[in-house]
Amino acid sequence: MQTHNYDVVIIGAGGAGMRAALESSKDARTAVVTKLYPTRSHTGAAQGGMCAALANVEDDNWEWHTYDTVKGGDYLVDQDAAEIMAKEAIDAVLDLEKMGLPFNRTPEGRIDQRRFGGHTREHGEAPVRRSCYAADRTGHMILQTLYQNCVKQQVEFFNEYYVLDILMTGDPRTDEGVRASGVVTYELATGELHIFRAKSVVFASGGFGKIFKTTSNAHTLTGDGPAMAFRRGIPLEDMEFFQFHPTGLAGLGILLSEAARGEGAILRNSNMERFMERYAPTLKDLAPRDVVARAMANEVREGRGCGPKKDYVLLDLTHLEPAHIDAKLPDITEFARTYLGVEPYTDPVPVFPTAHYGMGGIPTNVQGEVLRNETDVIPGLYAAGETACVSVHGGNRLGTNSLLDINVFGRRAGIAAAKHAEEVELAELPEGLEAPTVELLQRLRDRPATEDRIADIRRDLQELMDANVQVFRTDETCRAALAGIADLKKRYETVAIQDKGQRYNLDLMEAVELGFLLDLAEIVTIGALNRKESRGGHFREDYDTRDDVNYLSHTMAYRTLEGEQGDEGTTVRLGTKPVVITRYEPKERTF
Amino acid sequence: MTAVAEKPKADEGVEAIPSFEVTLRIARFNPEDDKGTHWEDFTITMHGTDRVLDAMHEIKWHLDGSLTFRRSCAHGVCGSDAMRINGRNRLACKTLLKDLDLKKPITVEPIKGLPVEKDLIVDMEPFFDSYREVMPFLVAKGQEPSRERLQSAEERERFDDTTKCILCAACTSSCPVFWTDGQYFGPAAIVNAHRFIFDSRDDAGEQRLEILNSKEGVWRCRTTFNCTEACPRGIQVTKAIAEVKQAVIRGRV
Repeated sequence: MQTHNYDVVIIGAGGAGMRAALESSKDARTAVVTKLYPTRSHTGAAQGGMCAALANVEDDNWEWHTYDTVKGGDYLVDQDAAEIMAKEAIDAVLDLEKMGLPFNRTPEGRIDQRRFGGHTREHGEAPVRRSCYAADRTGHMILQTLYQNCVKQQVEFFNEYYVLDILMTGDPRTDEGVRASGVVTYELATGELHIFRAKSVVFASGGFGKIFKTTSNAHTLTGDGPAMAFRRGIPLEDMEFFQFHPTGLAGLGILLSEAARGEGAILRNSNMERFMERYAPTLKDLAPRDVVARAMANEVREGRGCGPKKDYVLLDLTHLEPAHIDAKLPDITEFARTYLGVEPYTDPVPVFPTAHYGMGGIPTNVQGEVLRNETDVIPGLYAAGETACVSVHGGNRLGTNSLLDINVFGRRAGIAAAKHAEEVELAELPEGLEAPTVELLQRLRDRPATEDRIADIRRDLQELMDANVQVFRTDETCRAALAGIADLKKRYETVAIQDKGQRYNLDLMEAVELGFLLDLAEIVTIGALNRKESRGGHFREDYDTRDDVNYLSHTMAYRTLEGEQGDEGTTVRLGTKPVVITRYEPKERTF
Repeated sequence: MTAVAEKPKADEGVEAIPSFEVTLRIARFNPEDDKGTHWEDFTITMHGTDRVLDAMHEIKWHLDGSLTFRRSCAHGVCGSDAMRINGRNRLACKTLLKDLDLKKPITVEPIKGLPVEKDLIVDMEPFFDSYREVMPFLVAKGQEPSRERLQSAEERERFDDTTKCILCAACTSSCPVFWTDGQYFGPAAIVNAHRFIFDSRDDAGEQRLEILNSKEGVWRCRTTFNCTEACPRGIQVTKAIAEVKQAVIRGRV
């Protein structure tokens, strides 16, 4: 085992991690530890854009952006954080342009902007052009630009190192003096463990969409960060709020950007009706994602779906000029051609909601500092991006606000992490901190061969979650999911892997990742069961309205202490955290 | 070795999808045994919309967990799973099985010219080293404007094609010059230099041209077009290299 000493260690090399690294590495010795090569991260799959009230093409301001974010999130957004994000959005976009990002341009040569779901002028009056974009590959450009600047700034990367444990000086549930002290990592190439001692640790490890079967998420999005944080006693916030993106390629889940609808595409049912007119008379196809996804699922349930199984609806681009499609939406139209054999110039594309984004995650304040309860931070520990919950997305994230989140709060976390590193010394680490990780890996390696497979347990989990905890949820479906997860956890305790080697053992890593997914699926489901209301992406058929009297608060999921009773017979104990409300009192949400 | 498994019935898909048998002939190499590189055949049942990556997963997940390959996004944007499939460099996640000749085994090998670490995994460091050598970042001199730099749509269009690169190495590892001379920068590095050389906001074009005019630079290119054919993003790689060559001759962009 090797030990490395750094001021700042950043977990993950997507947008949030690299944006943090560009700040922290100016002032502090920084290592970015990532289980993939940096340009493989899922930031690169984001398509449509990054909103900022630049007002380059029409009147706009950050206050309208804040309002849209709060309303889009169904008033579960912390409004102080949303205001910071909307204000700093403008510099975040300009910073990226100065770093070299090739935005599309207006005829005057300024950054061009287009419409996006839920983004409006004058508090919901009409859609506004706010999304800054580079064709339909904005995330790709952001990821490449940030990596290019990391190369320029000679940021140090440890590629294909899996972080498997977070080190702290105590238990965040009981020790007031707890602080971060490093991470334990597994080097894929050799199978060797490395401890990184650090004054500051930044989680930027991405999402956990692989708890679902139909998802736009990469195979590698297994929630490693939140799961290992939870195991170490750090709470997770609002995990029941998961976004289902309306337009996944039917049956495959591959994302087709909302930018398609921003450019004028229309959703239609089997009667070729533009059904969104009934659900959202003002914004129609550009209503927020939770509203559109539910409307689509409802059309299918009421028998107006398309195809032989009537199980999808259509995204119609056929009235758009092919040249316009080629200029603004080249990648997603290629996805339709490659994977479904559909020509979007002439035929509407089969689409259905796909699990896309976790609004919840590791709770932080607006500096990116991780909270260990409602109020207290863990010094030296930071989180940003999808892995974190600030919370700027509340119950439902607006399109483009994720690329914004990673840039604004990735930057803030990087600055805060470097500053903290200047102020403290490395914590002394006792011997043997890697023992739990060694034991975890040994257990998975040493089991006698089984018929059961890691991949089968994972598939069963994903099908269970799709069937029970997706767009529509009830008390009954959540309980069915919990019972199913308990069974899968038992299978996970005995299942064997096949590759027993040391080098590039991805079989072993998939097994570890499945453990993370099982823990997170349980936390998501318990949160969904407990929240007896419908808000944003969380829709309960048995409680189909928002209940601000009882549920206008964040959910905090804690791991139980030894001997403590958890909820529903699990090791999860639920608590709450107040929502920060500054400008906007909750109102009924219509679009 | 031949193994057979039924894929669990997937209740998905756009319409009733026919299933079929397919054999993958995979180049295996395990650094921890003494078998060296050898072929193994796997026969599996797959469905109409499945890709080579799905077949690789089916084998890994149900027949042989030690089969090792990189992958992440599974829809052609992350660049992890470039492989040599039936002798051509492609992304496994963008290659539909039904588009291949299924009567014969589909051969799957690691991309060439980079050291093989295990099965389909190659050492990517030499590839990224070349990329980093061409200064793949914007260098803008003069005072930074308070707002964005202006750039016309035409100026932006000039380098649009080369911004699409996902660094998957399909082009570089398809290049016969790169196979025989590992010192050559290779097409991907030149593509990424092109992306900045022709960006109107950049001021380091001359430095990059100097780097690419060196012994291992653009002049090694023999214009075989393998790179253009291999690029999963449809970048006109050979054209980009030719444009850089012309700029080197002119001594300016």
